[in-house]
Formats: sequence, structure tokens, C-alpha cells
Amino acid sequence: MSTTTPSSPGASGTSYDARFRVWRGDVKGGDLEDFTVEVNEGEVVLDIIHRLQATQTPDLAVRWNCKAGKCGSCSAEINGRPRLMCMTRMSVFDREDVITVTPLRAFPVVRDLVTDVGFNYTKAREVPAFVPPADLGPGEYRMQQADVDRSQEFRKCIECFLCQDTCHVVRDHEENKAAFAGPRFLMRVAELDMHPLDAAAESGLDRKQTAQDEHGLGYCNITKCCSEVCPEGIKITDNALIPLKERAVDRKYDPLVWLGNKIRRRGER
Amino acid sequence: MATGTEPHLKSGQDSGGVRAATRAAISAAHLRTDRWWLAPAATAAGLFAFIVYSTWRAFANADYYAAPYVSPFYSPCLAENCEPMRSGPNWEIFGSWWGLSPALLILIFPLGFRLTCYYYRKAYYRGFWASPPACAVAEPHKKYSGETRFPLILQNIHRYFFYAAVPVAGILTYDTVLSFRDEHYEWGHMGLGTLVFLVNIVLIWAYTLSCHSCRHIVGGKLKHFSKHPVRYRMWQWVGKLNARHMLLAWASLVSVALADFYVYLIASGVFDDPRLF
Repeated sequence: MSTTTPSSPGASGTSYDARFRVWRGDVKGGDLEDFTVEVNEGEVVLDIIHRLQATQTPDLAVRWNCKAGKCGSCSAEINGRPRLMCMTRMSVFDREDVITVTPLRAFPVVRDLVTDVGFNYTKAREVPAFVPPADLGPGEYRMQQADVDRSQEFRKCIECFLCQDTCHVVRDHEENKAAFAGPRFLMRVAELDMHPLDAAAESGLDRKQTAQDEHGLGYCNITKCCSEVCPEGIKITDNALIPLKERAVDRKYDPLVWLGNKIRRRGER
Repeated sequence: MATGTEPHLKSGQDSGGVRAATRAAISAAHLRTDRWWLAPAATAAGLFAFIVYSTWRAFANADYYAAPYVSPFYSPCLAENCEPMRSGPNWEIFGSWWGLSPALLILIFPLGFRLTCYYYRKAYYRGFWASPPACAVAEPHKKYSGETRFPLILQNIHRYFFYAAVPVAGILTYDTVLSFRDEHYEWGHMGLGTLVFLVNIVLIWAYTLSCHSCRHIVGGKLKHFSKHPVRYRMWQWVGKLNARHMLLAWASLVSVALADFYVYLIASGVFDDPRLF
């Protein structure tokens, strides 16, 4: 570890010098390095990382973009908790705290604070897209607000992948990545299954069944870490994953629902 | 299912989780600096205390009835060896061959309801099984299959325990109505126990109706809320309760234990039920 003094000492009052530990390295290895860096009133962790780049570590790799909590780029782990660096105010820490910043620990590291989040794009491609209804053309879609409220909550997702990072199913078990889509993409399945115009069922695609069989819904043990870390406040577990589990139960584990559907289908013939 | 996303494992290598070869080389299982252990520890302690208390009371087979109050652990009482309760929930379905505590016959339903409850699952997976102990804190298990295999795949029968929990709550409501009698079975009276039972039954119903399976059954399974306005309203109402499911789970757990303990104190003669009128 190296210790570096700041280029400008923090003034008393609104400015102070904070102690940071930032992980530096790549896939071959790395370590936490110590820094002392100036903090001013109103700043967020990403500002401090940028100051580090500007004054002490010009080659520090960090992914960022909007600085407004809307692009989902600056995901990292701050004092061990998955968070957006741009939305983590320095004022939530005591001035004496040592603040540790590491890359997301569920994904392969590229360099410093940048990880390879390709796993998520692979999983995104595995979810079959919205199936347009056969009897409606472009511009003819009409939906009641009540019918799309649920899906619209899920559309707030900014693809920061903090939920994917914190989910212990893949974070602590690399081998589960093949079978488990993760909370973000199970939420996508739920969104489409609740979509009032999605015609997947008519085309032979049963999203309730595939959630369990192909996207690994059964791996989720609803411990709610995905909801805890979501910077958009989406109730991923309560509003997407548990409803999806209940829908899967309708398909696979509830003989009464199965019987009811059989009778109804026979009546439709 | 093979997804094409190859796990980054070398042959014979332990998965390692956060210590896997391709991830940032950090030896610590977690870097959290807050008191992350407090919530799972408090949860485990609370649940353990209830398990100890309810096990003692369920097997005690004594001090569960003091007119007009019957302990919620023993209601309905389904064996012949139940204490006689005038107009009470005595149905000798199991006859005289049942020699154990009659509480065991009925507690299986509320126990199953709470054991498979989505909130309690989170609580005991975190508190007792450390899977995970807290968010971004590495779990100690080498393998994880979640709820994909026996026995945890049985969590999927939660809705059936919900169906069973509704009549049980109905019977506890009946017990609460009966508590508006005095010790001589005269109607129109009320004691401190009546208040305890009233608070308990309100919390029991609130917890039961806030269940995620209930939310699904009343309307969550629909694709078009606009075509089912009544069910949509019910779904919204249950949704508001559901947002407090954890709070209601704990409140009703404490209230049912307190209601039982109150009956125990009266039945064992520790004090007489203070009568309000």
C-alpha cells in the first residue's frame, strides 16, 4: 500500500481531508491503496475519486457518465456496500472514517474500479422480447394506466447492476451464473408477463414456466438484498420476484389452478 | 439450463465466490463497516425465543383455558382430551386415541403458514442459515441451490397454508367474540383479556391478509386490472398491508404469544382477570 499526501490541505470548516482506501489492480492482482484527499461541502464519493485522478492517480480507471444517478455507470462498493458513487454523499460519513472503495465484487475485474459486466448483457439477451399482439398494428396499442402501473415501476431501472452484484446467488457462487438470470432480468420477465399487450402466451411462450425453468427463479431465496441496494427504490422482491414466484406456482405447483385451467380450456373448445 | 455464460472456473477450482480468480483480489469476505450483524442476530434471537416459548406451551397440555378465554395455541381443540369449554371451539375430531397435547394438532397450520411465509423465509435464511447473513457479506456455504430442490422447493406450497390460516383466524375471531362473556358465561362483559384478544385478532388478520400469496390470489395474478375493478381494489388494499408484512409478522407473533401467556397466567392462578364491566 502507498500513502500519498494531498496536493492541497483541507481547510477547516467546510473542507477537510478524508482518508480513502481504493482498490487498484487488474485480473492478475491488486490491493487496497491508501490516500488522503480533500473533501468539500456537498461533494459525493465520485467527486473525490475524480479529485484523486486529477491530483494523485491520473491512471485510476473508473467508469462514470451522468453524475446524476440516472446512467448506472459508477456502480462500486463503498465500505463494502454496493452503491452508486455519484449518489453517495460524503456527508453520510464521519470525517474520521476511512472510506473504502472497491470495484463490484460479483463480476470479473478489468482494472481498478472497472469491472466486466458482460454477464448482465448475456442474461438480457436470454429474455425473449415483448411479443406484439397479432391483431394490432403500430400506433393502435391502447392500454389503461391501471394495467401498466406495475410494469412502469420496473422501467425505472437504470441498469446499474447493483442488484446483480449484491445477489448472493451469483456473488458467492460463480457456478450459478449459468443457470440464474439475477434479479434485474427476472424483474424483466415479470414486467413482460404483467404487460397487458404481451402476446407471448398466444405464441406458445409461457413466461411463468420459463422464469422457473430457464431463468433460475427457484434460486432466489427472497432475502431482499436486491431491493435494499436499488438506487431507484424499486421494490424488486415484493413487486417482481415474489409475484413471479406466485405465477410460477400457478403453473407448476398448484393442482387446483392446473385443474381450473384444464376445465376452462375444455369449456372454450 | 445452459445459457452460454460460462462460469469463470478453472477445472478443479473451488468457486470461491468473491474470492474467485477473475474478481478483484480482496481477501476479506466483506468490507462492511456498519453493524450488519445486528439485524440477523436480533432476528435469530427473537425467533429462537418464540420457538422455545411456543414449544414449551404446545407440549405443556395444561393451563390453556380459563373461562371465558382459550389460548390461541389450543384453538380449535380437536381431541377428546381437551378441557371442556362451554360454547368454545371444542370439536373432538380426533377422538380419544390422541394422547398428546391437542395444541400439536392445530399449530401445524399456523406454523406452516409462518414457516413458508416470504418474510420469515428472508428472516431465517439470513438469521439462522447465513444465506446470506447480510447484503454483500459472503455466505459460508460452498454450494447453493436455493429453492430449486427438496426440501426447500416445498416453500412453493405457501398458498395452501394461507388457505388453512384463514379458517384458523376465523376461529380465533370466534374466541375473541366469546371473550365478551364473564367467567360464568354471561354475555355483555369485558375484561383485560378481552382487550388482549382483540389486539391479537386484529394483528392476526392483518398479518394473514397482508400475505404475498393473498395479494396474488385476490388480484396479482391478473393481467388486466382494468377489467376487474373490484379485484383491483382488493389488490391495492392488500398491497398497502403487504408493504408492512414484516412489521405485522413480528407484531402478530408477539401478540399471539402474549395472548397465550395471559391465558396461562389466569389459568394457573397467578392473578384474576381484571374485569372492565
